[in-house]
Amino acid sequence: MNFRALLLASAVSGALFSVGAQAADMTIGFSQIGSESGWRAAETTVSKAEAKKRNINFKIADAQQKQENQIKAIRAFVAQGVDAIFLAPVVATGWDSVLKEAKEAKIPVVLLDRDIDPSGKDLYLTAVTSDSVHEGKVAGEWLVKTVAGKPCNVVELQGTVGASVATNRKKGFEDGIAGASNVKIVRSQTGDFTRAKGKEVMESFIKAEGGGKNICAVYAHNDDMMVGAIQAMKEAGLKPGTEILTVSIDAVPDIFKAMAAGEANATVELTPNMAGPAFDAVIAFKEKGTVPPKWIQTESKLYTQADNPMAVYESKKDLGY
Amino acid sequence: MIRSLGRLTPVLATAAVFLAGFVVCSLIYPNFASLRVVMNLLTDNAFLVIVAVGMTFVIISGGIDLSVGSVIGFTTVFLALAIERWGIPPLAAFVLILVLCALFGACMGAIIQYFELPAFIVTLAGMFLARGASFLLSTESLPITADLYAHLSDHALRFEGGARLTVPAMIMIAVVLAGMVLLHLTRFGANVYALGGSRTATGLMGINVARTTVLIYTLSSVLAGLAGIVFSLYTSSGYSLSAVGVELDAIAAVVIGGTLLSGGYGFIFGSFLGVMIQGLIQTYISFDGMLSSWWAKIATGLLLFAFIAFQQLTLHLARRSRRAPAGAHP
Repeated sequence: MNFRALLLASAVSGALFSVGAQAADMTIGFSQIGSESGWRAAETTVSKAEAKKRNINFKIADAQQKQENQIKAIRAFVAQGVDAIFLAPVVATGWDSVLKEAKEAKIPVVLLDRDIDPSGKDLYLTAVTSDSVHEGKVAGEWLVKTVAGKPCNVVELQGTVGASVATNRKKGFEDGIAGASNVKIVRSQTGDFTRAKGKEVMESFIKAEGGGKNICAVYAHNDDMMVGAIQAMKEAGLKPGTEILTVSIDAVPDIFKAMAAGEANATVELTPNMAGPAFDAVIAFKEKGTVPPKWIQTESKLYTQADNPMAVYESKKDLGY
Repeated sequence: MIRSLGRLTPVLATAAVFLAGFVVCSLIYPNFASLRVVMNLLTDNAFLVIVAVGMTFVIISGGIDLSVGSVIGFTTVFLALAIERWGIPPLAAFVLILVLCALFGACMGAIIQYFELPAFIVTLAGMFLARGASFLLSTESLPITADLYAHLSDHALRFEGGARLTVPAMIMIAVVLAGMVLLHLTRFGANVYALGGSRTATGLMGINVARTTVLIYTLSSVLAGLAGIVFSLYTSSGYSLSAVGVELDAIAAVVIGGTLLSGGYGFIFGSFLGVMIQGLIQTYISFDGMLSSWWAKIATGLLLFAFIAFQQLTLHLARRSRRAPAGAHP
């Protein structure tokens, strides 16, 4: 039944897009890291959907978190003679020789979601990634705008210590609130990107800040920690979303549920659609010879309660998050 | 003639499975039947074949070595640090790590022999030790930028259609040939088979069991170190998480290649084919692009079952024909 629906969907989308399908017989191979997180699973789902939209024959190889599997997959794609290769690299180093091989075979490579060690800049066409400093900044700027000059004590739930995403999102948020002396980070601790840790740390914040009375806003480096923090606030008799503002990053489905219930205020999206811009860049490159910039930054879109969170939840819930 | 063919049956069966698989893949994907794909199989699986050669010796002798994957991981990290941070020339670093690996293997072999502990436990400890040590050295993925590495990874025999025989593949072929000579044509090789048949009987036959055991595990660790060198050439980097679980892939390859897990029987070439079959499945999945890559594990699992069942069957038949009265066969 599911398979039939899939066939039907592909037939329909095929019919719809065959009119403008310039890329009809293009084959693109994607070496995906694995499916270690909900976001990664969503990226795979969205990539497949974006390929179908453009009528691209899309081949995905799941590397199960292993670089050797990614290298093998890329070499298999080269042997197969695909038109382009997408790579979401599991580590930053060690890609030179395999990318050289792709280059010799005149197959453009596009990096998705992560960059590689700089020595290989001429070995790939472009990198489609999000700017995690910018994500933090968008969150910070939203808070400054929302409190509109009133004094505001912020508590921060950091990601895993040492993870570049956590460092960048912290720095970005600090940049975002740098111009507003009324907004201050009063406490900041790691919640390891997990719900359980987010809840635990938030409980200690509430205790330390006079039962939460001195807290005006919570900033979490990801939505999962915020979902935990919201639970902690509710258990302490506080009203997140009204008494205490919340802003976090990632835009996973559950945070939209909380927003629809009025318990969360804002989230900044880390889009799972890295492949869409990559497809467009490859198509333009293949057909018109347009060389894209070395870095294509994805949009860090801000969602608030005004953006119909329930509808966003519905659209995201089946992506595999 | 017929008897020696019978002895080779498991290897022939493995070869038949590989060839059949290759033909099927080629019929589905026209680009599959190319020299490039064959050469890729050799390069991509070079490190695994090298480890599998060592594992074949160990398993034929009735043991097991679970430490090899971790030894590869440790080797890559050690090389990256030695070459990039400590300024040791690559070739000297290669020698150094192979000596370290030899000592490591010799220690494991000695503990197995003199404390009469199961190889399973001793090499399991070795596995944790080596993996832990590599994390201690570095948790990051470290690039290796030495000229020799760039040179070696670019150096290859090139053929028509972009196919290339790379340095890792050449090293691997040399190891397979050397392994075949060592196992099938030398006294040490004969001792390895004898050890797998029966330890006590081997001792009574006047073979130095202790020396042979220590040498077998030394060989396995040295080959794992060599596989680590090849692996670091393959990725031009060192990473403490590399080659996790490779010991199990190697054991699977050895068994698919017709070696008995209980020891006493097996061939190096069979292990080579066993790795190639696993590589073939992975390549097929990449070419297909729709199947989950976990099917590679499922297929390997099914093949393992099939081959073990096949082995038991041939063993059973062999015993029955031996028990039959001599006059039954004219």
